[in-house]
Amino acid sequence: MTETATPPEKAAGHAGEKKPGAVPPWAEKAFIPVFFIAFAALPFVVDSSGGLIFDMTLALAYVVMALGLNIIVGFAGLLDLGYVAFFAIGAYTMGWLGSGFFSAVRNEEGLHVGVSGGVANLPGIHFNFLLVLVVAIIFTTIAGMLIGLPTLRLRGDYIAIVTLAFGEIIGRVAVNADEIRFSSLPIVGGPLGDFFGEEQVVTAGRQGITPVDKIAFPGLDPFTSLELKPWYWTALGLVAVVLFVNFRLRDSRLGRAWIALREDEVAAVSMGVPAVKTKLLAYGTGAAFGGVSGAYLGSFLNTVNADQFQFYFSILILGMVILGGLGSIWGVVLGAITLSFINFWLIPDVLNDVPGKLGLEFDMTQISFGIYGFLLVIMMILRPQGLLPERRRAEEMTHGEEVSDETLYTARA
Amino acid sequence: MEAASVPAARPAARGQAVRDFISKYGLILVLLILPVYYAISDLTGDEGDLSRLGNNLVDGLSNGAIWALVAIGYTLVYGIVELINFAHGEVFMIGSFVAAGFFGTIGLAEDTGTALLVVGLLVTLPVCMLASGLLNTMIERVGYRPLRSAPKLAPLITAVGFSFILQNVGLLWLGGSQEGIADLINSQHGLITIAGVEVTNGDVLALCVTIPLLLAMTAFIGGSRLGKAMRATAQDPEAARLMGINVDTTISLTFLLGGMLAGAAGIIYALYQTTIWYFQGFTAGLIAFTAAVMGGIGNIRGAVLGGLIIGFIQQLSDNRIGSEWTPAIVFMYLILIMTFKPSGLLGEETREAG
Repeated sequence: MTETATPPEKAAGHAGEKKPGAVPPWAEKAFIPVFFIAFAALPFVVDSSGGLIFDMTLALAYVVMALGLNIIVGFAGLLDLGYVAFFAIGAYTMGWLGSGFFSAVRNEEGLHVGVSGGVANLPGIHFNFLLVLVVAIIFTTIAGMLIGLPTLRLRGDYIAIVTLAFGEIIGRVAVNADEIRFSSLPIVGGPLGDFFGEEQVVTAGRQGITPVDKIAFPGLDPFTSLELKPWYWTALGLVAVVLFVNFRLRDSRLGRAWIALREDEVAAVSMGVPAVKTKLLAYGTGAAFGGVSGAYLGSFLNTVNADQFQFYFSILILGMVILGGLGSIWGVVLGAITLSFINFWLIPDVLNDVPGKLGLEFDMTQISFGIYGFLLVIMMILRPQGLLPERRRAEEMTHGEEVSDETLYTARA
Repeated sequence: MEAASVPAARPAARGQAVRDFISKYGLILVLLILPVYYAISDLTGDEGDLSRLGNNLVDGLSNGAIWALVAIGYTLVYGIVELINFAHGEVFMIGSFVAAGFFGTIGLAEDTGTALLVVGLLVTLPVCMLASGLLNTMIERVGYRPLRSAPKLAPLITAVGFSFILQNVGLLWLGGSQEGIADLINSQHGLITIAGVEVTNGDVLALCVTIPLLLAMTAFIGGSRLGKAMRATAQDPEAARLMGINVDTTISLTFLLGGMLAGAAGIIYALYQTTIWYFQGFTAGLIAFTAAVMGGIGNIRGAVLGGLIIGFIQQLSDNRIGSEWTPAIVFMYLILIMTFKPSGLLGEETREAG
């Protein structure tokens, strides 16, 4: 799929011979249906219950997340190292509103909104997946803006560390809040304790909230863990929506304001770009995508476990964005698919057998982390601008080289 | 912060006074919340004196000394190439591992006599420092130098890649669990007790190694020719190159120095904690990076101050709140400090944040 797009985009990357702007605008548009038809047809080609389609579904969910982070880091230029926070909030929204976790609600009768079938009789809170998505978007947008607030006066890597701090705090709370009861919280403890029950804790910590409700759309049977096709298509649908939003935002007034802020904050502000509002919207939008994907993954993986929300997750997603090409939408899609396949398919499934075939008594899983790191290093050194760099950045890089005779750092003094 | 200060500014005179007060003393107040709270609760509670707080302080300072050494590595590298060297925590971890391995090689054990022990440790220290320093230089040469003209975030990913690789090396080296090593210096043994505050062997060791190293480092950077070249390159690489400074060598030297300090921190950590494992570098890296930013990244004194403050906060939180909440508390403090003083405690205007 991506091969079809590579030639014109690559030409944009190597701006030496060809002008970066030379890709006609219709090429990108024409590519979209090709991309989706190819992807939608994939489950018919591969075994639909096997591991490969599971990996592909996972990859699509990561595409959604990477596109969200791309808005924050790629468009608005705010380095966010705590993106896992939004994954966590989205996943917990799914866990809280779509499982038997709050078993004591309404005298163990449960609270059901928009669900039917077997789930409608279970204790706990059960919302329809679409409602969970809406709530997850609301929660993560608010969280994104809250995380954005203290970073407004900060620049560069100070933003990175503050977002990292938020990500770590949320991760810590997820792990440790299995000891915190709603009823023991200050001020709101009383009514919350009455509603959720005296013994109800906030998260299930490392045990994880499991099982989580399967996605069920109105008029369709709930999904099952045996048949992965509907999961895959749902993820593809989410990718489609997110891609659409991404393209529309990038070309909108807001998108141009993000890029202006990224390029030169002082100049942008003096031209009348409202820095606070623009930055907060970047955080909010980017976070919302993370929440959508988090809620989806909570249901797909059937668990909301505090161990999922570690710093490495933020780095994984950031790696997808940077590897693909900061700010380049198709690049990020490609980066996300590449990295998740390396992570979930190439290393565990393919490379694992290699020592066995060579007749070596050696367990590849022991060094999977190292291989992943090695691949990151190699890919970055071979293609530092990303797989499909954003046109604007590609132009800047080549343009900049023309102006100054030799950039400082390439100098061998 | 911004949102909070805007409405306060409207009634001109009083709002301005409040704002001035917050920007002047807000940070100090924030930093003092926990210690003062526990001081009061100790004084009014069962204990009636400040000895527990004093113990927290001593433990915190010696832990903080380790973080300070690691944090300097971050701050030096950031100051000169504006890169968050994610692999730095792992360089520190390798320092610990080399120390543990070298103790075995030269036959240091718990029953070694004092004189031999001191000699052994004095030999091990430069070995660890050199191992970590060279490793850091190698990483720079392979992973960062080819990417100098690349987009700013590209080396960040190679740094993460190296961090994964080194963690894997550690995993293969000593396995996936916490590994106990010989308690050579009897680190928890109380050496002296002043007014209820116990100073252990480990504390003394940490401070005895850290303080001379810090002094030497400051003297080197402040006084020597190479140090001057480092400062010049950090300030303006282009101008430094025009003045005949070899920018590449200077950057390599910076990584060497940072790595050496991380190696020293590694050996102190191994002796102080007496357990090491492949994941220690990750936590240490996060904490030390936080310390560097807290103090104002690019500033060596700031990194030391940040390290000591974080060590103290950690100890307070470990001792009073519960160690499972410590990272959250440390990061909370970081956010508060960033809110009140966006450039860090002793932050200077760096090139980018100018």
